[in-house]
Amino acid sequence: MTAVLQAQGLGKRYGRRWALTDCELEVPAGRVVGLVGPNGAGKSTLLNLAVGMITPTTGTVEVLGTPAGAQQAKVGYVAQDTPTYSRLSVADHLKLGARLNPAWDDSVARQRIENLGFDPRQRAGRLSGGQRAQLALTLGLAKRPEVLLLDEPVAALDPLARREFLQDLMEAVAEHELSVVLSSHLVSDVERACDYLIVLVDSRVQVNGEIDTLLATHFRLTGPRKDAKDLPRDQHVVTESHTDRQSTFLIRTDRPILDPAWTVSQLTLEDLVLAYMGRTAPAQPERPLLEVRR
Amino acid sequence: MIWLTWRQFRVQFLVVATVVAAAIVVLAVTGPGLADDYRRLTTGFIRSLAFERLNPNLYYIGQALLYAVPPVIGAFWGAPLIARELETGTHRLVWSQSIGRRRWLATKVGVAGLGTIVVTGLLSLAVTWWSSPIDDAINAGQSSNTYLPRMFPPVFAARGLVPIGYAAFAFALGVAVGLVVRRTLVALAVTLAVVILVQILTPTLVRPHLLEPTDRNIVASAENIRGFLLDGSGPDPQVKQIEVATGAVGAWKLSDETVDKSGNALSVLPAWMIDCEPGPPPGTARETTPNPKRDVCFQRLADEGYRQHVRYFTADTFWSLQWREFGVFMLLALGLTGFSFWRIRRDLS
Repeated sequence: MTAVLQAQGLGKRYGRRWALTDCELEVPAGRVVGLVGPNGAGKSTLLNLAVGMITPTTGTVEVLGTPAGAQQAKVGYVAQDTPTYSRLSVADHLKLGARLNPAWDDSVARQRIENLGFDPRQRAGRLSGGQRAQLALTLGLAKRPEVLLLDEPVAALDPLARREFLQDLMEAVAEHELSVVLSSHLVSDVERACDYLIVLVDSRVQVNGEIDTLLATHFRLTGPRKDAKDLPRDQHVVTESHTDRQSTFLIRTDRPILDPAWTVSQLTLEDLVLAYMGRTAPAQPERPLLEVRR
Repeated sequence: MIWLTWRQFRVQFLVVATVVAAAIVVLAVTGPGLADDYRRLTTGFIRSLAFERLNPNLYYIGQALLYAVPPVIGAFWGAPLIARELETGTHRLVWSQSIGRRRWLATKVGVAGLGTIVVTGLLSLAVTWWSSPIDDAINAGQSSNTYLPRMFPPVFAARGLVPIGYAAFAFALGVAVGLVVRRTLVALAVTLAVVILVQILTPTLVRPHLLEPTDRNIVASAENIRGFLLDGSGPDPQVKQIEVATGAVGAWKLSDETVDKSGNALSVLPAWMIDCEPGPPPGTARETTPNPKRDVCFQRLADEGYRQHVRYFTADTFWSLQWREFGVFMLLALGLTGFSFWRIRRDLS
């Protein structure tokens, strides 16, 4: 099965500033991917590269197995701030979609507009932010893409409109069986909608994987003071904090935690994301491997 | 895509097209009458125009419209075409449909560019046709202080092909500037300023180099002298410059300088030439009053080998000059459009 999105050594430089560096990614098909990171982390850059809006400085990015931008009809994109033509009516936007997309599904578009309660003669400029986002999403969905990329579609929306939009998106995804990549700087959006997570901080991918797997492999360890280098080798330290007598580690491991000295607790998605966002450069010295001997 | 382009463009188009269409209708209605007057009055035609009000006004309105159309099209059709999309971010909406950005640009430029050429072309055709009795009469030698020969800069760019070239250039410039600055208002202002500047500077900087002008040396005489520039008041005025008539009716004179017998241009004319002054008042009084001192002066001027070196475009070079200037601006327009197609491929997020 080809990856929806595959990046190799992908980097983008604007002048002297790198907006994205060394990005290695492979996003499987059929997922709803949350792309999370603080503002300016490179989320928009990654998505713009994926739709071919900009070209990479280094590396390659492939969408559905072909270079970005090669299969425009199969890739839907809802750009940041969900731009619409303010002087064109809702109906004009649907006409635009119908004329510019070979696989346009007019019944989907009309049905959605009806369900949303829009007046087709309404100018897009007089819609609220949430309604404009819905209109842009309608265009993206009725195009019938295989993968839909959404760049902070809910950033400008109030909490209620946010929830409605995401709910709506989820229903559409279930109905049309498409892959989605959705960027956001809020974990709660991702938690509500996504099953796959990419955390992007300082123009680098910090972690990516299925949310369930990530939650099942990350733990918080609390116990008597200990150095990170004394932890078993299979336990990757994400963050650590120490008081005089106590240490707290946030670790990633595929194996059970055997050391009885630790109090082990589960993480929420937000804890996990924040841990990766707040992390400084990781140092991973050689450490002993703790094994069970039977 | 053509539908979308038209949907976005129609308001600007209709505003300009309505004004132009109205002008064309008025010219079409009044034109046959004007042509009829010329056939009827022949040599008295231009003089008779002085007693009319409508036609002289239409003459100037047509000319003014043809000067106004290129900057207006550049600023209001060309500049917003791409700049408004980039400014409002809607390019990201339209580029995320299944259409390449080059095809998108090609359609937009194609539709609006075709509109530019058609609208300007029809207006220029109407104005050129309407003015042809006046232009013909002037070129046939009827004298006038009001109407200039069509070779002269104010008229030349309001006839024939040149306005189309200017308009195409202005449009392509607006598109390219809009694509680079990405601000509608800035692009509009820059385009407007540059196009007007080009209209002002072309007659002096570009047009004289498009063709090889006729080059002649003429002996100044009491009959052909047309200008006499004096410097300094009081008892000792200096002669700065002498100008003569070329003898070619309807020609546009590029330069007129006094040279001595070895062909060197003079920056300072000999003091005795003051006697050649035609003297006030100009016109009929000069021919009737004999002025022996002036005759002596002109005789000496001829004897000592002073000549007026004149360069001019004759009236029959009108169309070749028109084609060349049109060609220059069409090439510029093509170059700018090529730049836009190159620029659109670069990162525009």
